[in-house]
Amino acid sequence: MKKARGARSYKNLPGKLIIVEGCDGSGKSTQIYLLKKWLESKGYFVFFTEWNSSDLMKKYTKKAKRKNLLTPTTFSLIHASDFADRYEKLIQPHLRAGHIVLADRYIYTAYARDIARGCDAEWLRNLYNFATKPTLAFYFRAPLEISLSRILTGRDEIKYHEAGMDLGLSKDPVESFKLFQGIIKEQYDHMAAIEGFTIMDATKSIEEQQVEMRQIVEKALVNYSSPINCAKEIQSKIMVSIKQAEG
Amino acid sequence: MSVTDNLYYGIGLPYLKLDRMTLSGKLIVIEGADCSGRSTQVALLKEWLESNGHAVLDTGLRRSDLVGEAIEEAKKGHTLGKKTLSLLYATDFADQLENKIIPAMKAGYIVLADRYIFTLMVRDLVRGADKAWLRELFGFALVPDQIFYLSLEPDTLLHRALLKYGHLDYWESGMDVCLSSDMFDSFTRYQTDLKDKFDELDLDYGFDKIDGTRSPDEIQDYIRKKVSVLLKKKMPVISKDR
Repeated sequence: MKKARGARSYKNLPGKLIIVEGCDGSGKSTQIYLLKKWLESKGYFVFFTEWNSSDLMKKYTKKAKRKNLLTPTTFSLIHASDFADRYEKLIQPHLRAGHIVLADRYIYTAYARDIARGCDAEWLRNLYNFATKPTLAFYFRAPLEISLSRILTGRDEIKYHEAGMDLGLSKDPVESFKLFQGIIKEQYDHMAAIEGFTIMDATKSIEEQQVEMRQIVEKALVNYSSPINCAKEIQSKIMVSIKQAEG
Repeated sequence: MSVTDNLYYGIGLPYLKLDRMTLSGKLIVIEGADCSGRSTQVALLKEWLESNGHAVLDTGLRRSDLVGEAIEEAKKGHTLGKKTLSLLYATDFADQLENKIIPAMKAGYIVLADRYIFTLMVRDLVRGADKAWLRELFGFALVPDQIFYLSLEPDTLLHRALLKYGHLDYWESGMDVCLSSDMFDSFTRYQTDLKDKFDELDLDYGFDKIDGTRSPDEIQDYIRKKVSVLLKKKMPVISKDR
């Protein structure tokens, strides 16, 4: 008997989780930033979180990377610890409270990178099965040459793990980075249908992409009402009734 | 007894491409609660093995450079989620396994592990983790050649803990599980739960269960007998003149 694998939809989470994925240089961070601005301008409370940013784990992960102490499994587990810390402390409580959570990269980043490093796909799906399936998962897809040129222009060096140097693909960091990003892209393309990604054409203009993204998000939020807005409504009703009573 | 001939409990470490032949050493695990006498047994066994000409590496949990500090920091703050703590321990264990245990076994060492994945699993199980999730998570662990489990009643552990430390420890009493706000009461209930989970894992993984109330010498004799058989079966006898 095989259990359900990977992320599931947990029913006790009334909030909305919107995440972006894609290769480095795909423009996804810009897009989610603009989405956040828009949602906030509409009066929603929005919580934002990004990959590899747990207060607890950040410094240890950095140190481990600097000292080059990581194997594919410990690389995977240390990032899973970072994610779990953010998930348990930040993402899940906000979703339980009914808020909108935006995440720059989610478990699919781990799937793509760790599989590229030689971890087993099924093992990874089990590892992350405590994480809820996003309401919307945007995948910013661009031809490899485009994301590569975006990331490689104006940069003198690429970090060891960022370039996937630990995979031993090439001794040249730039060459290694290209090969590594190619494998990551293959993983994303492979996951797109299985995980139900909303695919975005990352070659379009920033504005075009943002318009499209906002339309899709708007549809997903049709039946959503922010608990904080509700609270405001109730509050104003209470205030009105108090005034009436006083009057 | 462990009957599996598999190298790993699950998917293993696919990228290492290991097989039994490349691991000429042995892996011997001693499991048991805090104050069950594990460390004494490991020290005695190490002494005996080395005097017989075997190279020994003793290793335990939470001693790695990788996330050892993170675990300490997190426990001080008591603000860690359950999943985060179990993944931190798993990270630490994986680090020990890949950077200490496996290289030593390749070099023909006898590795004595003072606790292994089973301690990590029972801790998580008591905190409500899903057993299937844990089994698969720790599927990268090597199957040891022998697993000794020192079994003791919580009541005995309580007296030993008080004798040894003079007080009960927050974590060993499982205070974070919120079984009771009273530490004395919590200790007994927590240690009872751990023991039940160890017994449950025994059915799945096959431990060599030892009555921890026997004298340290008696227990050591038993362990040495078992280890002798293990070494004779698969290793050249190095030293005959004792």
